[in-house]
Amino acid sequence: MKNNIYDTVIIGAGPAGLAAAVSLKKSGIEKVLLVDRESSAGGILNQCIHNGFGLHRFKEELTGPEYAERYVDLVRQAGIQILLDSCVIDIMSSGKGKEVIMLSEEQGLLRISCKAVVLAMGCREKNRGNIAIPGSRPAGILTAGFAQKMVNIHGYMPGKEVVILGSGDIGLIMARRMSLEGAKVKAVIEIQTHPGGLNRNIVQCLQDFDIPLYLSHTISEIKGDRRITSVEVSPVVDRSVPDRNKSFHLDCDTLLLSVGLIPENELSLKAGIQLDNVTRGPIVDANLMTSVEGVFACGNVLHVHDIVDWVSEESEFCGYRVARYIKGDNGKSREIPVRTGKMLSYTLPSRVEVGKPATLSLRTMAPLENVILAVRTEKDFLYKKKFRKIFPSIMQRIALKEVPADAQYIETFITTGD
Amino acid sequence: MNNKFDILIIGAGVVGASIARELSRYQLDIAVIEKEEDVSFGTSKANSGIIHAGFHSQPGTLKLKLESAGNRMFDQLSRELGFPFERRGELMVAFSDDELQILHKYYQRAVQNNISGAELLGRERTLELEPNLNPDILGSLHAPTAGIVGPYEYCFALMENAASNGVKIFLDNKVMKIFRKGASLEIVTDKGISLSGKFIVNSAGIYSDEIAKLAGVGDFKILPRKGEEYLLDRRVGGLVRRVIFPVPSEKSKGLLVIPTVDGPVMVGPTAEDIDSRTDFSTTRSGLDAVFKNAQKMVPAIRATDIITSFVGLRPAATGGDFIIGKTSVKGFINAAGIQSPGLTASPAIAEMIRDILVDEGLQLKKKDDFCPERTAVSKIRPLVENRDYKTLETLISKDKNYSKLVCRCENITEAEIIAAVRSGHTTLDGIKFSARACTGRCQGGFCTSRILDIIHRETGIPIEKISKKGKGSEILFYKKGAF
Repeated sequence: MKNNIYDTVIIGAGPAGLAAAVSLKKSGIEKVLLVDRESSAGGILNQCIHNGFGLHRFKEELTGPEYAERYVDLVRQAGIQILLDSCVIDIMSSGKGKEVIMLSEEQGLLRISCKAVVLAMGCREKNRGNIAIPGSRPAGILTAGFAQKMVNIHGYMPGKEVVILGSGDIGLIMARRMSLEGAKVKAVIEIQTHPGGLNRNIVQCLQDFDIPLYLSHTISEIKGDRRITSVEVSPVVDRSVPDRNKSFHLDCDTLLLSVGLIPENELSLKAGIQLDNVTRGPIVDANLMTSVEGVFACGNVLHVHDIVDWVSEESEFCGYRVARYIKGDNGKSREIPVRTGKMLSYTLPSRVEVGKPATLSLRTMAPLENVILAVRTEKDFLYKKKFRKIFPSIMQRIALKEVPADAQYIETFITTGD
Repeated sequence: MNNKFDILIIGAGVVGASIARELSRYQLDIAVIEKEEDVSFGTSKANSGIIHAGFHSQPGTLKLKLESAGNRMFDQLSRELGFPFERRGELMVAFSDDELQILHKYYQRAVQNNISGAELLGRERTLELEPNLNPDILGSLHAPTAGIVGPYEYCFALMENAASNGVKIFLDNKVMKIFRKGASLEIVTDKGISLSGKFIVNSAGIYSDEIAKLAGVGDFKILPRKGEEYLLDRRVGGLVRRVIFPVPSEKSKGLLVIPTVDGPVMVGPTAEDIDSRTDFSTTRSGLDAVFKNAQKMVPAIRATDIITSFVGLRPAATGGDFIIGKTSVKGFINAAGIQSPGLTASPAIAEMIRDILVDEGLQLKKKDDFCPERTAVSKIRPLVENRDYKTLETLISKDKNYSKLVCRCENITEAEIIAAVRSGHTTLDGIKFSARACTGRCQGGFCTSRILDIIHRETGIPIEKISKKGKGSEILFYKKGAF
């Protein structure tokens, strides 16, 4: 096995890995290796040929590949090495150092020694098995992201009469894509009382194409022997139980699933990293370091983001902190815990440093109206914002100018009063 | 094409494959005819993979005789054919005094059935063996000779070995007619292929009564019994080491917690008598029943860990026992009604069929060049899991395709996929069952497109013609712009 020595190995050359690499290099870390299993860098952005990316980051509207290209260019200009067609299979700790084992199509089995590892593997789609839709198991049931890849990259259509389960952004985007490619999208079915995706996608991808959206409905049975022929759609009672007495059928040859994303943490688990039950990503401290020293995480492997701009921002921050760690932890101050309070499902990171700025990411547990989102220490409020409506599907990012030097903890929570 | 054979075997499930392999030891021309696109695609692919110890079966039944004999044959079979088999043991657990009584009855039966090592265990000892069992259990019946296998891997191994010893396989050919022509029996398939044989062995599983009827034998009926099973994430694979049974019901062995040779745990199967032979649908009530029962035995089991589900139809026959033997039609032999413990019994069924054929006048002459061995394709998953990177490196130095990871959930490389395609598996399900690609937690979300590419490259089948499980189940219907 070939041995190589780097300062840091970044696993995944999608938006998270690319952004982390750039800031590592900017901080003076020379030997950075970006690894990706695909044949080109950019990750999932490469198949997202629609626009709407980069409004926050670049103040302009880009397509996915364009957004990726901006970062790939930065990485290339910085002279950062990217190893493609290579899949990391193991991360081992030897003292403070790390060893990353990977299978490279070109170079075979590689063992790379480094000081720090950045997890940037992104996430994967939930599939039919995960949500256990009853019925037969014919061809024609695909995740929306897989369909997106086949249509946009490989040039194949999965079918022409389509039903989409789940109104996450990928599902909405694919409703439009399939329509533009000539398929008939019969409906988008959403089990929740509110859409899973961004409002602009509801308007641009469904309403503009006259595609009906059934809220509080689910697919109660899949029919078809060799290929799917129809689905039974039922309204749900008590949030999740289908009422089959009120069901109706939709004929289709294709069912696309857009039923959620799960951070891809198989490698993290193997490395002994602790995961959070809510985000399903690693539990991280103020520096986005996981429970295994020297292993950091950013982007969708840490928690699923709604927009790529936040992935880049978070990952850049992660890169700076990894650089600081490699240089020997200069300037790290006292860390205090972040508590997740009422009506919120999670807050990330789980710790922040006092006397420093901090960015918190969080989501509510349910859709809420006329509430205040707040952050406080045991003594003072650090942040308060009124929301007429707030949805779990939209991640809130709160930038705190400075965490008070004497704080013992901070807490995020939702309140109705002032 | 030579269409004359000594033996025609209808059905390429574990029973047909076992018979084909057993008979391939002799100087015989053998053909296997299967209506599906691949071997093992009927009931066998949905099997639970348990090699039973034999305490469930009624004394005096053919089932018991073949089950006990079959169980003993698996060590050698697994060595010869290179499929995974582990004697993990079975535990039947009791939760009440009534259930303890029943447990005792089964213990007595185990003694009567000569199940070696069968023992009654108290609560403490049971929990020592299986710490994740519900601490409320009162005791268990332990049978250490029970084992687990990969049912389709076993079936593929048998058929590959049979084929390498000269057996011809006709896939995607449904038998439409059976008639006598002189001393032979003739078969015509839906593809218009005519085959002639001195004997026909009917191992058509769920359709064995219909095949028998085609031959003019109408003395039994198959009563399909549906079973739903749910496969859980590899992450919770270590929950049980042994197969865990409840105290059984009349109809079935109950809803079990089953470790698999591949690691993940499976729960099920339900047992529901149905009229249809094509109802492979899972149901909400099935799911609820499976999890309620599984959780009673192993509380840590969660429905949120499901990665996939499937249904198998057991070919239960009228009368309840296996139907193995000659029929009113000379030369037409049944191996029908092979439901549980059919997988366990399969190698013994094959020997029994061989003996019946001899009784019916078949001359057996051993082949000098019969090779009992099949070399299994090397897999990288165990090497990756055990961090055996030295062996992995050796593997890569011999075949570079071992460094191309296709399925990352299950750690399957291009080399393994190519081997599966080259041994004749050209559907996505065929690749899934033979190489395990797409069986992991992402269920093919990432690797499907790469597998399609490999099948296309190896076989020349256009991408849009590659199917999940045969014609009509193509993964991608249209090249963009086709409509």
